Amino acid sequence: MVSAGPGGPPQHRAYLDHAATTELRPGAREAFLEASEVRGNPSSVHSSGRRARAVLDEALAEIGALLRVPRSWLIMTSGGTEADNLALRTVPLGAHAADPARTAVAVAATDHPAVVATAQSLGPAIATRLLPVDARGVLRPEAVERELADGAVSVLSAALVNNETGAMQDLAALAAAARPHGTLVHTDAVQGVGHVPLPSAEDVDLISLSGHKIGAPVGVGVLVAAPEVPFAATSTGGGQQRGVRSGTLDAAQAAAFAAALRETLDEREEQARRTRALAARLREGLLAIDPSARLTLPVDSPQSGHIVHVVFPGADSDALLFLLDERGVDCSAGSACSAGVTQASPVLAAMGVSDERSRGALRLSLGWTSSAQDVEMLLAALPESLARARAVGSLRS
Amino acid sequence: MKVLAAMSGGVDSAVAAARAAEAGHEVVGVHMALSKNRDQTRTGSRGCCTVEDASDARRAADRIGIPYYVWDLSDDFHDLVVEDFLSEYAAGRTPNPCVRCNERIKFASLLERATALGFDAVCTGHYASLRHDGPDGAASLHRSRNMAKDQSYVLAVMGPEAVGRSLFPLGEFETKDAVRAEARARGLGVSTKPDSYDICFVADGDTRGFLERNLGEAPGEILEADGTVLGTHRGTHGFTIGQRKGLGIERPAADGAPRYVVDIDPASRQVVVGAAELLSTSELVAGELISFEPLSPGRTVSAQIRAHGEAVPARILEVPEGAAGSLRVRLETPMRGVAPGQTLVLYDGDRVLAAATLERRA
Repeated sequence: MVSAGPGGPPQHRAYLDHAATTELRPGAREAFLEASEVRGNPSSVHSSGRRARAVLDEALAEIGALLRVPRSWLIMTSGGTEADNLALRTVPLGAHAADPARTAVAVAATDHPAVVATAQSLGPAIATRLLPVDARGVLRPEAVERELADGAVSVLSAALVNNETGAMQDLAALAAAARPHGTLVHTDAVQGVGHVPLPSAEDVDLISLSGHKIGAPVGVGVLVAAPEVPFAATSTGGGQQRGVRSGTLDAAQAAAFAAALRETLDEREEQARRTRALAARLREGLLAIDPSARLTLPVDSPQSGHIVHVVFPGADSDALLFLLDERGVDCSAGSACSAGVTQASPVLAAMGVSDERSRGALRLSLGWTSSAQDVEMLLAALPESLARARAVGSLRS
Repeated sequence: MKVLAAMSGGVDSAVAAARAAEAGHEVVGVHMALSKNRDQTRTGSRGCCTVEDASDARRAADRIGIPYYVWDLSDDFHDLVVEDFLSEYAAGRTPNPCVRCNERIKFASLLERATALGFDAVCTGHYASLRHDGPDGAASLHRSRNMAKDQSYVLAVMGPEAVGRSLFPLGEFETKDAVRAEARARGLGVSTKPDSYDICFVADGDTRGFLERNLGEAPGEILEADGTVLGTHRGTHGFTIGQRKGLGIERPAADGAPRYVVDIDPASRQVVVGAAELLSTSELVAGELISFEPLSPGRTVSAQIRAHGEAVPARILEVPEGAAGSLRVRLETPMRGVAPGQTLVLYDGDRVLAAATLERRA
């Protein structure tokens, strides 16, 4: 990534925060611009409307084909958070209305706040069961099945790839655990798509995807929902998209999403190979610079190759981010952020890492534009940054 | 120099940061998040750590063209300022939390962190002037040209070492309007933002209610100096020396003159009231001396005990030797409403000589 430095020539910045947002793909930008010139509301019956509908239909058909589902399964949203909200609010409410015995949802304790906070907002009619993970951040299907055994859980949700650590869940095994109990399976695949294979639509009933994590613009996402999924009638209006999400459809965003998804899935295997090699170099370099650094996930645990989560004991994360930023490296502490104030990570807490031991965390995430130069820039900047971040860390009384 | 500019989101710190950048320093803007419970929006002129303030500061930094970060100093702020405020009141003293915040947060926590990160100085929007006119270029602290806004009083507790690593670019402005005009000229959107007053962590402005919620009730007597009991109160922390209103005494004084709080004793929970003459003090006793230059008895100075109070002519009677002992100062004109816990700052003209904390009168 190239950006203008203050008063100087453009300088290369090492962008190692693709898990936050990746770079816009030129193909997605072109598709967006082209579709944005088409006049008409896709729901209108006149010629202009039909042209807009054609652009939208074309995009949905392509997204459906890429995901191997009928296009009627697709609900376009404003992004991953809205898709998760539909899956964890509208679906449990719909299931409860259809069968009053469905009084609970079960979510991985490490799932994104879009999932966990939504589930927890449902009470008191619908309870949330937080599913514990092991030290590698992985759910145990047999333990999950025990939580589902009473038949009260309408939706089981587990992110395909965790947004902080990169830990990956076995959706096929979780689906096998859920099936006997009539529980629907949702996965937030926002971080997984493009990096690991997507679960089969035969296994999962609901999949959330976000455009800006695959190179489409911010502001578009998809919820894949099988036809038998019950939705409560919470969104009222013109009744678009199965009545689940009323509102004028955004053909240009759909076209951009389709283009980004095509490129992402076409390149997935080659991209994964490249990413794994860069991540391996990162880990090796980090541990050479600081032998006391702790990789949050063991190298042999199930995970996506694009996230390296590491803790530098005694270092102050905020200071480390500041010092790396100053040296041209963009990365994150991997925790929720409100007005720039970092909070303790619930993900690490769920994995049994104490607050004390999660201080000094750094999340490095790779994507389609990552290069060896980015990795080397980080490794070059790290020794001095780390020494200073430790000096700041030691000020804590 | 590599300079860290503390940016509150207000107009003063924005102009200060802009001036530091213009002077050729390598400036980084930092907004200190001081409250754990951050209000999303600002109400009136109160507070300095809402999300909206953080966003104003970020926009100002963008406009100036400097990097910008939010640092979470809320743990330090709570432990070193809010807790101190409560325990000082509980002990019958009258603390100034803004003085504590300058001393312990802005020029201790922030400066420490900045130094560890490789910065040479911290720049703020305080109104005070620095001159590097001491031996070996040592810094001295002076009142700002704009006497109405002068904040040298609240900065004095920083001490000479921290002052030497600070920049106060607003010290030379004649008026606040001039600062606003410069903000406007620089395209800083905060130019019309109101000044902040009040204690930032007492969101509703009700200090007595805040103290009562946090310290609980501790009823006691209100009495005259001769021991006559006039009434009861819910806690000594509801009173400050010199207070006249809200005493809750129904019976007027024999001579009909107004009564004031003249002494507070948290140990016996007694609040003593009396006539205005009893409030007058012509000798100040203070500890925790921080001096900018060696002091000696007999020296003529001026003494100030409130941020917006007047300085009165005074003479130093006694200077503590080492950590023990107290600073004693004789006032040429007696002062009223002197309360333990207040900060005493001594000046030679416009130059700050020392800061110390007033002790309980003998």
